[in-house]
Formats: sequence, structure tokens, C-alpha cells
Amino acid sequence: MNAPDDPLAPLGHDFKEPWHAQVLAGAQALIRAGHLDPTTWAETLGAALREAEAAGAPDTEETYYLAALSALEQVAPFGAETLTARKTAWAEAYRRTPHGKPVVL
Amino acid sequence: MPSFDTKKIGEIHRELHSHLPSDPALRVKALESLLVEKGLVAQESIDNWIEMYAERIGPKRGAQVIARAWCDPDYYARLMEDAGQAIKDFGYEGHATEHLKAVQNTAFVHNLVVCTLCSCYPFSVLGMSPIWYRSAAYRARAVKEPRAVLAEFGVTLPEAVKVRVWDSTAELRYLVVPERPRGTEGWSEAQLAAIITRDSMIGTQRDLSLEPA
Repeated sequence: MNAPDDPLAPLGHDFKEPWHAQVLAGAQALIRAGHLDPTTWAETLGAALREAEAAGAPDTEETYYLAALSALEQVAPFGAETLTARKTAWAEAYRRTPHGKPVVL
Repeated sequence: MPSFDTKKIGEIHRELHSHLPSDPALRVKALESLLVEKGLVAQESIDNWIEMYAERIGPKRGAQVIARAWCDPDYYARLMEDAGQAIKDFGYEGHATEHLKAVQNTAFVHNLVVCTLCSCYPFSVLGMSPIWYRSAAYRARAVKEPRAVLAEFGVTLPEAVKVRVWDSTAELRYLVVPERPRGTEGWSEAQLAAIITRDSMIGTQRDLSLEPA
């Protein structure tokens, strides 16, 4: 089990990586907009966590968020090809954008 | 004759790619941009949630609720009757805490909250859940061997104290009401709220210190 953390630590350090926050925010925004049933989200996330555990993934924060990302990809109404194409487009946008400039598709 | 410094080329290559986000970050970016583009979610909705949960919403909200319940018997009764309604007095309601149940610790009962399925948690009163709450080990062991888990958090319970484990779901979440410590008679709600910790409201802490948290 992860060691008990410091419950008195100040707020503002809950997300180690921006994408950790973005993945949960995406799910919550879908729920609030009425496009995702909370139970469906809990079940999909639970299944993704079980799958990661069965695959021998370490019991870490990174594993949790990767499972949450996989769950969000499953509940979002986009096919794998669409997601991959969009991811590739973002990667290309980052590669061609000089450092410090806003990255746009 | 041109020369190739493989070390230098390697450095340039790494520099070029160092600005490229990680694979999961790009996958999230792809999802987020598609969700916004298709009008399924608003960008502000995502940004606001992150700002709220990274910086503004934390367990002090739950502490205020508990402190009031300790001071005001009518509020306590309402909290125990329907916590989802009672937290509305503070404006702390959220979709995840629409159905919230408060469970009271006593001299003979200790309550412990878990989500065995995933990570259901009363976000709007406790903020983001600690990462151990989401770990596979806690989710599995809190039910099977709660006393051992509690011991790892430094809580050793006498045999006479029963442990009740509450398994959160998407529809129903839990808030532990810790026992008010002796020596706090006459304290204000604000003073009391200052000693109530997040873990005491999850149940991985039992005794509260009189020192502000």
C-alpha cells in the first residue's frame, strides 16, 4: 500500500502532472454536462484499475491515472482511430512550434 | 569533410523533443480537444474544475461541517439524517455528494471509508482524495483486514471497538464524524474546525489532537 501521506500538507500539490488533473476534470465535466452517468464512470474506471492490477502494473499514482485515462478514452464517444489521429496531430504541432510559442493544431 | 558528432546530434534531438509532452499527456490533450470541439464539454468547465480541486476545495470544508455538528445539536441531527442536504447550509453540495451519509464514531464503533471499486469520494467536502485512498492495496485491504490497515495509519483499536467499513459508490458516499475530543468544551466552530483532519473524516485517524491541524 502507498504509505500514508501527510494529511496536513497544504493544498495545491494534489496533482503531480497537469494531465492527471485534466483526465479527472474531463470525466467530471462529462458527468456534469449529462453525457456520462456517474455509475458508468465508476464501473469503467474500476474495470481499468482491475485490468492494470491483473497486468502487474505497480500500485502507484501513475498507474491510477493511466487507468483513469484509459477509462475516459472508453467512455468518450470517439473511436480509437480518431483519438490516435488527434494525438498524432498534437505531437506534430508540438514538434513544429518553437519553444515558448502557443501550440495550436 | 563534414563530421558528425553523435553526442551533439543526440543532444539536439533530445532538446527538440524535450518540449513534446509525454504520451499520456498527448492522449489527454487529444481527448480534451475533441470533447470541446464536439461541444460535449466546455473548456471553462474543465479549467474551473482543475482550479477548484488543485487550489480551493479541500478537507477544511468537511471540518467546518463536523465542527458545526459538534456545536449545534439540531444541525447534527440534520447531518445524520441527510448529510447531502445538511452540507447545503455551507453551499458545499456537488454532484458527487448529492447522496452523502454521515457515520458517527463512538466509544465502541470506529468507521472507515473506502471505495473498493475505484475511487468514489465526497470530493465537494474533502477535496481530492489522497493517493493511498485510490491504491489497489487500500481498496482491497480496508475491507478484508481493516484493523491491520488502521494500524499502519497508527490507529490501534481495542477489541471492544467495532470497525464498520463503508464501501462508497457513485450513488452514495460517506463522511466520518469523529468523536469530539475532551478538553474542547466552549471552543468556537472555527477553533474546532482547525483540529479536524482529512484522515479523521475518512476514518484512517481516530483521535484528534488539540493542536490545530
